[in-house]
Amino acid sequence: MTSEAAGRRSSLGQLTAARLRLFFREPSAVFWTFGFPLLLSLALGIAFRNRPPQPSVAAVADGAGAAAAAEALRAAGQKPLVLGLDAARAALRVGKADVVVIPGSPRTYEFDPAREDSRLARLLVDDALQRAEGRRDATAVSEAHVSEPGSRYIDFLVPGLVGLNIMSSGMWGIGYVIVETRQKKLLKRMVATPMRRSEFLLSFVLLRMLFLLLELPVLLGFGWLVFSVPLRGSLALLVAVALLGALAFAGLGLLVACRAQNIQTAGGLINLVMMPMFLLSGVFFSASHFPDVLQPFIRALPLTALNDAMRAVMIEAAGVAQVGPQLLLLAGVAAGAFALALRWFRWT
Amino acid sequence: MGDLAIRCRGLTRRYGEVVAVDGLDLEVRRGECFGLLGPNGAGKTTTLEVLEGILPPGDGEVEVLGRSWSDSGPWLRERIGITLQETRLPDKLAVREVLALFRSFYRQGRTVDEVIRLVSLEEKARAWYEKLSGGQKQRLAVACALVGDPELLFLDEPTTGLDPQSRRQLWEVIGAMRAEGRTVLLTTHYMDEAERLCDRVAVVDHGKVIALGTPRELIERVVGHEVVEFAAPDAGARLEESRLQALPGVRAVRRRNGSYALTVERVHLTVPALLQHLDEVKAPLENLVTHTATLEDVFVTLTGRRLRD
Repeated sequence: MTSEAAGRRSSLGQLTAARLRLFFREPSAVFWTFGFPLLLSLALGIAFRNRPPQPSVAAVADGAGAAAAAEALRAAGQKPLVLGLDAARAALRVGKADVVVIPGSPRTYEFDPAREDSRLARLLVDDALQRAEGRRDATAVSEAHVSEPGSRYIDFLVPGLVGLNIMSSGMWGIGYVIVETRQKKLLKRMVATPMRRSEFLLSFVLLRMLFLLLELPVLLGFGWLVFSVPLRGSLALLVAVALLGALAFAGLGLLVACRAQNIQTAGGLINLVMMPMFLLSGVFFSASHFPDVLQPFIRALPLTALNDAMRAVMIEAAGVAQVGPQLLLLAGVAAGAFALALRWFRWT
Repeated sequence: MGDLAIRCRGLTRRYGEVVAVDGLDLEVRRGECFGLLGPNGAGKTTTLEVLEGILPPGDGEVEVLGRSWSDSGPWLRERIGITLQETRLPDKLAVREVLALFRSFYRQGRTVDEVIRLVSLEEKARAWYEKLSGGQKQRLAVACALVGDPELLFLDEPTTGLDPQSRRQLWEVIGAMRAEGRTVLLTTHYMDEAERLCDRVAVVDHGKVIALGTPRELIERVVGHEVVEFAAPDAGARLEESRLQALPGVRAVRRRNGSYALTVERVHLTVPALLQHLDEVKAPLENLVTHTATLEDVFVTLTGRRLRD
């Protein structure tokens, strides 16, 4: 009798082991889960790294005083271009210059006030020229320059990529794989054995949880080692947030898979579910850029909740109370999705 | 426990407007190898899947090993083994890994090594499924059916599409199961397979059993001993079926284009008379063949169609 019980217990283990083997024997799955997020964070981290301030480009209209103005600007660390008036205006239009300087009395600055670079250039150029002409500060000032981990783009990006990864591995790793199993008639074959259906489904969820414990250290460790992305809050809370997120997307993956008969349908459904969150849920840029009318909808998306909670814990050292609403939302999505999926699941 | 492994009365299954199984009756005795024969679309697979508890029965009574699926599902699952007509196992799992997985679903059964030996896949035990030949894949599918040590085996077209050597290897496996006293229910549209493996066969067409018996019984009852086939394409209307029917020993006449098939009791009585008659009506003979009647002839006689049209 004991061997019977052991046989039974091991079927969950066998199902999970089989899934694990199939994953690691599929190079593309390994790449999309582990390699791709790393490459993406590396590429975006480099593209959006904090660069030293660039000099403003001032097109100085040729004429009396132009040479002196150019000299003063160069001395102040800006970049003057001495051009004919028409050429100077053309340079402004195509963005080669930030501001056009027409020397004379009064001196004229031509620029587009909607361009931030231009407004800045106008101030810097005027300051440099006025100083060269003898202006003095009323009060002495000093500057302290700060560049701290936590406030950079990469610090925003890494938690978002973790969230994105949790979503896509849940949806593809569960939704797609189950439908593939159904399409191959393997599901039908397995259901014709004494296999417990609950164990079949549980093996997928278990596998996601196991994977998360691999994905999290890889992604966060990479961010920490390469870009010094900090983890300011509690690691336990971060893991809890990630697990709850993984559970929510496991549920949605199962829901997508519960009736689809072929992988084309499943792929379409998965993209349909993921695309809005991919765009709206603040993976690559803050969701607050979207209009106010969209905000309630965006806040209700599970990926928004996951990303917000991950960021709050990592960057702002938030505690359970601060991420409570997000945790509740994720738990609700998980519970609802599992309940519906189990009800509608098509086994044969 | 009765002596029936399967009892099924008035089984009816519809898919929308299409009636796949139309009041089918079937009794399979314990320990026999029983064949369901019929063309594609005859309802064999649907019948099998109802008996396997995969499809719910529509109308009718179904008892498997003396129990019904609604009362004893888990009990039955432990005691049957099946192969589906098409199953693709995971490409990147090894033979041994697939079998260990299926073994884990059953409380009791054979060891993985035992079933690998049974289907002679020892040399492929560590090979991935995608690297196996068609015959090896099918033997692995059968091994998955055997790993729970089933009393009753359902095999849906176990040898379709296989080369002759793979078919013979599978026949040996099935024969061994039968020799151990297990019940086997298989579908096939290979008549030689049915004649060789099955104790009894049922011919199924349009969702009904149209003939039942041992292969020999069926052949003798429906067709007779021998078949004489000949072609006389230039004979035209001069060759009348009623005249052929009247020749000595002729049981039935079938005509297809310019070809005729006579089922006869004694070839040596019929053939001289046939040649004489052809000579009389000036129908030049092309091609004359005689062979012992087979289940294929049974099917053609009963339905007017060939099995694998």
